Amino acid sequence: MTEMTSAPARRRGFGGWFSDTGWRHAVAIAVSAFAVFPLLYVFSASLNPAGTLTGSNQLFSSIGIDSYVRMLTDPQVPYPMWFLNTLIVATVTGFTMVFIGALAAYTFSRMRFTGRRVGLVTIVVVQMFPQLLAVVAIFLMMSAIGDWFPAIGLNTLSGLILIYLGGALGVNTYLMYGFFNTIPKELDEAAKIDGAGHARIFFTIILRLVAPILAVVGLLSFIGIVNEYVIASVMLIDPEKQTLVVGLTKLVSNPRYADWSAFSAGAVMAAIPVVVVFLLLQKYVVGGLTAGATKG
Amino acid sequence: MTDTLQASTGESTESPPPTPRQRSAARMADAAAGPLRWLVLKIALLAIVDAVAVYAVFVLFLHSEWLVLAGVVAVTILVNWIYFSRRHIPAKYLTPGIILLVVFQIFTLVYTGYIGFTNYGTGHNGSKDQAIASLMRSSLVRVEDSPTYDVAVVERFGELGLLVTDPTDGEASLGTNTQPLQPIDATMEDGKAVAVDDWTTLAFSDVLARSSDVEQLAVPASDDPNDGAIRTQDGQKGYLYTSTLVYDEAAGTMTDTATGVVYTDDGEGAFTSPEGEQLLPGWQVFVGFDNFVRAVTDASIRGPLLAVTAWTFVFAAISVASTFFLGLLLALVFQHKRMRFKNGYRILLILPYAFPAFLSALIWAGMMNESFGFINQVLLGGASVPWLTDPWLAKASVLIVNLWLGFPYMFLVCMGALQGIPEEVNEAAVVDGANPWQIFRRIKLPLLLVTVTPLLIASFAFNFNNFNLIYMLTGGGPRFTDVSLPVGHTDILISMVYKVAFTGQNRDYGLASAFTILIFIVVAAISIISFRKTKALEELN
Repeated sequence: MTEMTSAPARRRGFGGWFSDTGWRHAVAIAVSAFAVFPLLYVFSASLNPAGTLTGSNQLFSSIGIDSYVRMLTDPQVPYPMWFLNTLIVATVTGFTMVFIGALAAYTFSRMRFTGRRVGLVTIVVVQMFPQLLAVVAIFLMMSAIGDWFPAIGLNTLSGLILIYLGGALGVNTYLMYGFFNTIPKELDEAAKIDGAGHARIFFTIILRLVAPILAVVGLLSFIGIVNEYVIASVMLIDPEKQTLVVGLTKLVSNPRYADWSAFSAGAVMAAIPVVVVFLLLQKYVVGGLTAGATKG
Repeated sequence: MTDTLQASTGESTESPPPTPRQRSAARMADAAAGPLRWLVLKIALLAIVDAVAVYAVFVLFLHSEWLVLAGVVAVTILVNWIYFSRRHIPAKYLTPGIILLVVFQIFTLVYTGYIGFTNYGTGHNGSKDQAIASLMRSSLVRVEDSPTYDVAVVERFGELGLLVTDPTDGEASLGTNTQPLQPIDATMEDGKAVAVDDWTTLAFSDVLARSSDVEQLAVPASDDPNDGAIRTQDGQKGYLYTSTLVYDEAAGTMTDTATGVVYTDDGEGAFTSPEGEQLLPGWQVFVGFDNFVRAVTDASIRGPLLAVTAWTFVFAAISVASTFFLGLLLALVFQHKRMRFKNGYRILLILPYAFPAFLSALIWAGMMNESFGFINQVLLGGASVPWLTDPWLAKASVLIVNLWLGFPYMFLVCMGALQGIPEEVNEAAVVDGANPWQIFRRIKLPLLLVTVTPLLIASFAFNFNNFNLIYMLTGGGPRFTDVSLPVGHTDILISMVYKVAFTGQNRDYGLASAFTILIFIVVAAISIISFRKTKALEELN
């Protein structure tokens, strides 16, 4: 297509410019507006001191940080706790998930053992059944476990993390497995001749070489956990134990009466770190997505 | 190691240059130091695991949970064996993940299957004994002119008990809500039992502080629930209460002495009167395929189930198609060498993908609010379009918002895939005289699809279970009228399961799990078919 539309380097009129690249800008601007508009809206609402939904409709009509203060200090809304809980759950789960997944990917990629093929297939098949579908069973199991070990039962962050880690061997492992296979085996063999054991090879050689895919999987798991509502809402009962997704959803369950600008402030504070990290790592994320597509 | 070194150098006072033997010994020492560190770390980690396991065994022993206890012991032995043995290297890497997978995925999957065949839910929470005890406790009335018992409230491990002195023979006995009165040796004071070993006697102020717990205390007089229970209001004096219900264990019936109605065990987990009235709570029983039969025959369940299933497919299919085509269109638009500001646009376009999706859905819900939302108030100048409350518009809104959420991903993927198509293919086609549309339709699209199809399938599967969007945008509403389930026009299967299990007055875990099994069968079938299709596509390459 590009070849067909490339025009001679001479000066062109507006028509020529438009049929070449101009219309592309028109499309891009239109879609960008569609993409950015709700985000502008929520940013404007968060700066608006008026609490209601109607009050937020005049974009950037008044600017102040009252709603941020309100969100952070309102004793009814333990927003800082939600933020902290989300950070703890998503970080711990993200790191542990990547570590466990990398251990498995290393084994499947480098070792040959009975049950290897079956293991790989099982991981993919079990993952077809999304964990949130088993939420009833998870709830009942965790309430039983809570009777014996209150530290990991219902209403605990540690219990929630454990549940999420049940999915540590999964699609992510498969994605990492594909990437591990691209690391030449000669490196391992050279290290082996030098006397390094399997653990030393894994920790000092392989883990460094696969760092990009670890970052991608970690980031995607982190975002996935930040967004996870079903299990978190069933597991976490006390308001100060909840995560952002559970707390903020309850907060605006009736948008008519909700403190809309406080919610918007909370949304902006929750989203900005995620968006910044995502934009910084976007090159790797895109690479990881397409790599997974061709190899998975 | 140092000993050997000293032994070999012992005779000389000055240190001579190391002999080859010494050098090799030093190398061995270095090599050993590494594994030694690992060994210490390994032993420390296993010690922690074993300590936790011992604690777990102790707790489970107290709760008499023999099956779980056996599982914990077996897993602990297995873990120690794997990590202490020099072989089983793959197992060392896989064990943590597999244990978590088995407990939190495979077990819950099997357990879901089991619950689908029971009547578990509100009113059917426990065993038959628990249900009988609960029914009789809920209908306790004080026996007229019954003797007054001296009582003391005692506590152990947070559980309250009642220390009762019999007024006729002065004997002391102890019981709790779950443990009937048992004779016990107690410290007596003025003919009244006041304290007992291992238990803490509550002072009067403590009784006041926990008055609601104390009032809930009803200690069965004996193993036969018909004998009644001792209750106390003030923690000092207790009275005998008996139930208006009489349980006949031989006949398996419950008789209400006030009305004379006889309730019989109907085999469905509840006592039922001849008129069909059930006494609740009932208990949990295995009901076979009842939940599935109910799902396909009961009109008030079948109707919404069919509508929800159809909408789930439509929603997932349109979501994939719309996001893919918008993403592809944009990728093609951007595939132009001389276009300026490309990177700027790109960052703007992927913002919706970077923004946490649940927040986006909540924000759109606010903007689409019928009377106060930005779209109606500002964009449409005060119109009142029922975006989220009209069945058809709500469906359209869900699709629009999902397009917003999903197109950046497809845009990124298509850009990547288009870059992967070699330029020579294009040039060869141009030489052959193909026009841009032909090149796209006949060459680029098929090549693109080979790369993208697995992602489209994954995207379909994701949207099939896209709970957050539905739940946070419309809440599944507007609700269906005249059906027994709390579901609505935009509910998809997964949100229906959640609602049946966790919202509304009646939590029906059994029915929800039955739905889950149906969904699993559908998802598994789609996955198997699509895996085969994908293989066929890959062979084209």
